[in-house]
Amino acid sequence: MWKWLHPYANPEVSYHFAGRIIPWLSVCAALILSIGFIWALAFAPADYQQGDSFRIFYIHVPAASLSMGIYFGMAVAAFTSLVWQFKLADASAAAMAPVGATFTAIALITGSAWGKPMWGTWWIWDARLTSELILLFLYLGVMALHNAFEDKNLAGKAAGILTLVGVINLPIIKYSVEWWNTLHQGSTVSKLGKPSMSIEMLWPFMFCFFGFVLLVSVIICIRFRSEILARNSIRPWVRTLVSAHLTKEKTNAV
Amino acid sequence: MQFDSFSAFIDMGGYGFYVWLSYGVAVILLLMLIISSITGHKHVIKNIAQRKQREDKLRQVRKQRQKQDKDLKSDKHQEAVE
Amino acid sequence: MSATNLSYRAVFSLVLKRDLTIAMRHKDDIINPLLFFVIVVTLFPLGIGPEAQILSRIAPGIIWVAALLSTLLSLDRLFKSDHSDGSLEQMLLSPQPVFILVLAKIVAHWLITGLPLILIAPLLAVLLHLNEQSYGALILTLLLGTPVLSLLGAIGVALTVGIKKGGVLLSLLVLPLYIPVLIFATSAIDTAALGLPYSGQLAIIAALFFGSLTLAPFAVGAALKVSTN
Repeated sequence: MWKWLHPYANPEVSYHFAGRIIPWLSVCAALILSIGFIWALAFAPADYQQGDSFRIFYIHVPAASLSMGIYFGMAVAAFTSLVWQFKLADASAAAMAPVGATFTAIALITGSAWGKPMWGTWWIWDARLTSELILLFLYLGVMALHNAFEDKNLAGKAAGILTLVGVINLPIIKYSVEWWNTLHQGSTVSKLGKPSMSIEMLWPFMFCFFGFVLLVSVIICIRFRSEILARNSIRPWVRTLVSAHLTKEKTNAV
Repeated sequence: MQFDSFSAFIDMGGYGFYVWLSYGVAVILLLMLIISSITGHKHVIKNIAQRKQREDKLRQVRKQRQKQDKDLKSDKHQEAVE
Repeated sequence: MSATNLSYRAVFSLVLKRDLTIAMRHKDDIINPLLFFVIVVTLFPLGIGPEAQILSRIAPGIIWVAALLSTLLSLDRLFKSDHSDGSLEQMLLSPQPVFILVLAKIVAHWLITGLPLILIAPLLAVLLHLNEQSYGALILTLLLGTPVLSLLGAIGVALTVGIKKGGVLLSLLVLPLYIPVLIFATSAIDTAALGLPYSGQLAIIAALFFGSLTLAPFAVGAALKVSTN
């Protein structure tokens, strides 16, 4: 059933495939994301309780969902690489980590900026924000481990093991943080929950969410291609590609 | 349009600073990510090109040296024969 | 430019530039201690509870202790890699006085670890709900105190660079030396939270700074000579 996927295990095929879809995805991403942003900023209705600060919701929630989704994607890639010895999966995991970390940071900062007018403080140790902060540490740890190795194959294996340990730990961490929170908090109810969304709010949310998904795919494709080149630099197809690139640059310079 | 005027749009019902801070930071971080991905790709290609040039040069030098050795050996052989 | 005719300034900037270039090529050396700092600070609310009152009371102590520990972790790279490939001995054999080279390395170390710490600390203070009046004191004490940490720490590293498992030993040597800085810095921040002037504590930290700036390089040089013989 999966026979059609087999050619893509070849780095060269995947490299060119990623290169072909990048232009399409970028155009779609730019279009959908701009529509989403403009809709969210100017046309979506203000919330009954939270006023116009609710517009932060349209960035904060997609970023938070994507941060977790990308981590699971990394875990799947790490699992594939360890179980089926797919070298390419290591490259894709390495490509996903910085993207996930950026979205986690965006989720934290927008959450903080939303919390200040709502709760009166830039930061609050509630279950969701704390779990997101720990997720950021997990991402940065994977990136640091990957950079610490000279040999990229070893780096991929080590980072893969760390990712898998992290993904198993993630539900445990979330549960324990929530438990810790109920022990100490009691009365404060998190106002950043998903409200019952009216249809007028759902549309800009969907546009922003899918725009972000497409943007993430574009960036991961670009980084994936860089990782493939870096890991296969002695192969002849890489050599010919690089010299073609060089001669194109020389003719452009002339 | 939810807002009556451009200044109302910037003000965001009093929450202007926080809304624009969030959108601004998100856009800046995303731009940094995109730019770093593209320049990283160019870097990788440049590094591989440099390494390839160095290896090609080394190979050329080695070939030249081998040729020189061969010429020297054939000269010596000629002298020995004479 | 022969080696014996280099001015003090030229030697200083040469070694400084070398260390900064090495650090730029191994960005992990900058980011990992910083990340450790952030994670340690995050652990305290998770262990103590998120109540803002308690956290703001102990915030100065948490931030300073985390800064101490993170500086301790980063000290290892000061001399270890130079010692293992022999360039440290070459530096000690050069005709330039050792204290200039040592001072340049310590300044590079502070730029790489202390300065990022100072830049990140206000964000962490927000996490810990630090009293608004204390932010200035926090930054000033870190600005004056982190160079002292680098200087005193360098003495400890110089003593233990030749020892195989010197890591824990380094902490035992250096942490007692850090205690005065810790006490006066946290006292300054607490006093600032009450709205009172804290220039006295700052003056003492500044005295520690100037004292260690003038004397520590000589101690480090002597310790290096012991470690590399």
